[in-house]
Amino acid sequence: MTDPLLQAQNVSHNYPRRNRVMPALAEVSLSLRKHEFVCVVGNSGSGKSTLLRILGGLLTPTAGEVQFKGIPVRGPQPEIGFVFQNTNLMPWRTALENVLLPLELQKPLDGYDRERAGAALTLMGLEAFADAYPSQLSGGMAQRVTLTRALLQSPALLLLDEPFGALDALTRERLNQELLRLCRDRKQTALMITHSIQEAVFLADRVLVLSGQPGRLQGAISVDLPRPRTLEMLTWPQAGALISEIRACLATGAQEAAR
Amino acid sequence: MMKDSSILFPGAPADGGTDQGKPPAIEPTAPQDQRKAGRVGDWVARYPALAAFPFVLCASLLLWEALVRWQDYPVFILPRPGHVIQKALSMAADGSLLRHSRATAIEVGAGLLIGLTLAFVLGYWLGRSRTLDRILSPYLVASQTIPVVAIAPLLVIWFGSGLLSKVLVTTVMVFFPTLVSTVVGIRNVDPDLRELMRSLRAGRRQLFLKLELPAALPVIFAGLKLSVILAVVGAIVGEFVGADVGLGFLINLGRGVLDTPMIFVAVLMIVLLAQAMYWSVTLLENYLLRWKQLGLKDGD
Repeated sequence: MTDPLLQAQNVSHNYPRRNRVMPALAEVSLSLRKHEFVCVVGNSGSGKSTLLRILGGLLTPTAGEVQFKGIPVRGPQPEIGFVFQNTNLMPWRTALENVLLPLELQKPLDGYDRERAGAALTLMGLEAFADAYPSQLSGGMAQRVTLTRALLQSPALLLLDEPFGALDALTRERLNQELLRLCRDRKQTALMITHSIQEAVFLADRVLVLSGQPGRLQGAISVDLPRPRTLEMLTWPQAGALISEIRACLATGAQEAAR
Repeated sequence: MMKDSSILFPGAPADGGTDQGKPPAIEPTAPQDQRKAGRVGDWVARYPALAAFPFVLCASLLLWEALVRWQDYPVFILPRPGHVIQKALSMAADGSLLRHSRATAIEVGAGLLIGLTLAFVLGYWLGRSRTLDRILSPYLVASQTIPVVAIAPLLVIWFGSGLLSKVLVTTVMVFFPTLVSTVVGIRNVDPDLRELMRSLRAGRRQLFLKLELPAALPVIFAGLKLSVILAVVGAIVGEFVGADVGLGFLINLGRGVLDTPMIFVAVLMIVLLAQAMYWSVTLLENYLLRWKQLGLKDGD
């Protein structure tokens, strides 16, 4: 229990560009405990998505190491689920078939899998759209399908890369609430990338601030708002103080980068 | 949507040339009000091309007949529709129609089988590897600048005037369109979906079957439709150069003995064969890509 679920040590990453290297991440160390919801906040270009891909084993860092359950990560892990900003649903599969894809890649499907997938879609309020194709779904519904797909694998860790970033503010607010409810019910460990400070404060137990170019961790701020969270809490002075603190932290990093 | 694109390749009309390119626009007026229209009206609105066909056919035959009567052409210049039908019936009765059509159909089928297989396999590898594509593309393009009519005699010299040379001409004809569309289809697979498959640790086989193939299929079908039409052209060209059986051979024969009605019958069969191929592929496409036919619905 005291062992971290996920740990990154001095992770740096450079992208090769024509005849030089572009540093994206520098010396990032972090750890994630079980049942924790952590948000990483950062400006665009601070290497947030790079960090997420490295943590999930989709990208090998130039330097440093990531450990998942104490074992070094080399390549994608079966127990890590992803939700990306782009709704990556297969247009030729119905919502249900899309949700079943990860299971289908592991073993032949049986009736129980279908039942479970159907139930998961119902839980997300999509029971009427199980047989709809992605082109028939709105952006919010499509992203709910990708979330269902990720959760159906019962991942030990859920990595979210600005999952609702492309949606309108109202849909986004509602989906954040649903995400929070799901993670609480399932005691889901999650790490989410976002560029919205409010969103991070609303969702997270801990907010990590990534800033500069290459991105460095500027600080970690614990969010001690009570749970279950409500949107109304964001108007509390306590939340206001946290938001200011995170904003200041982001600004420090940006100044350092400018120098 | 798919139905409209077929106007690109309407096929030659059955009269073999007097009435080329008549658009299938003469159709009974489609009902504006769906509720009043009833069953027949619905059917016409769904299949306008099918509904218009009898009218187009009758109009073409009447024009043809009128033209022959007016100009009083001899049969070896332009036979009447009646002559052609008579000839077709007599050829059907003595079995020659079936024999020659079957020979051409076999050439077309075998050529497609070989040509499409090669195109899919090579297209997949060229789509996967940019380096391979850069190395091979110049030769593939250069090979396409040689007219098939020019190499068909060579193939007949090398492989004889039997089935094999026609199959090879057909293979050469069908290869390129499907190759190009396969390369483009595989190359344009959504990179986000590739990353998804990677994050789910999909194997090579799974990647191909669950992502690359279905994603590339819409593009591949565009090339496939061209290929099946060209397959018929390839078989006929091969038969022109040297054959003793087949619809192309019949045309050659008919020219030699001035049996013009026979030429018309052969052309008619060629058109029917090409149409059958094209519509089979279109039906298959509509079935496999039925997810594309659905529009956006309101929601959320």
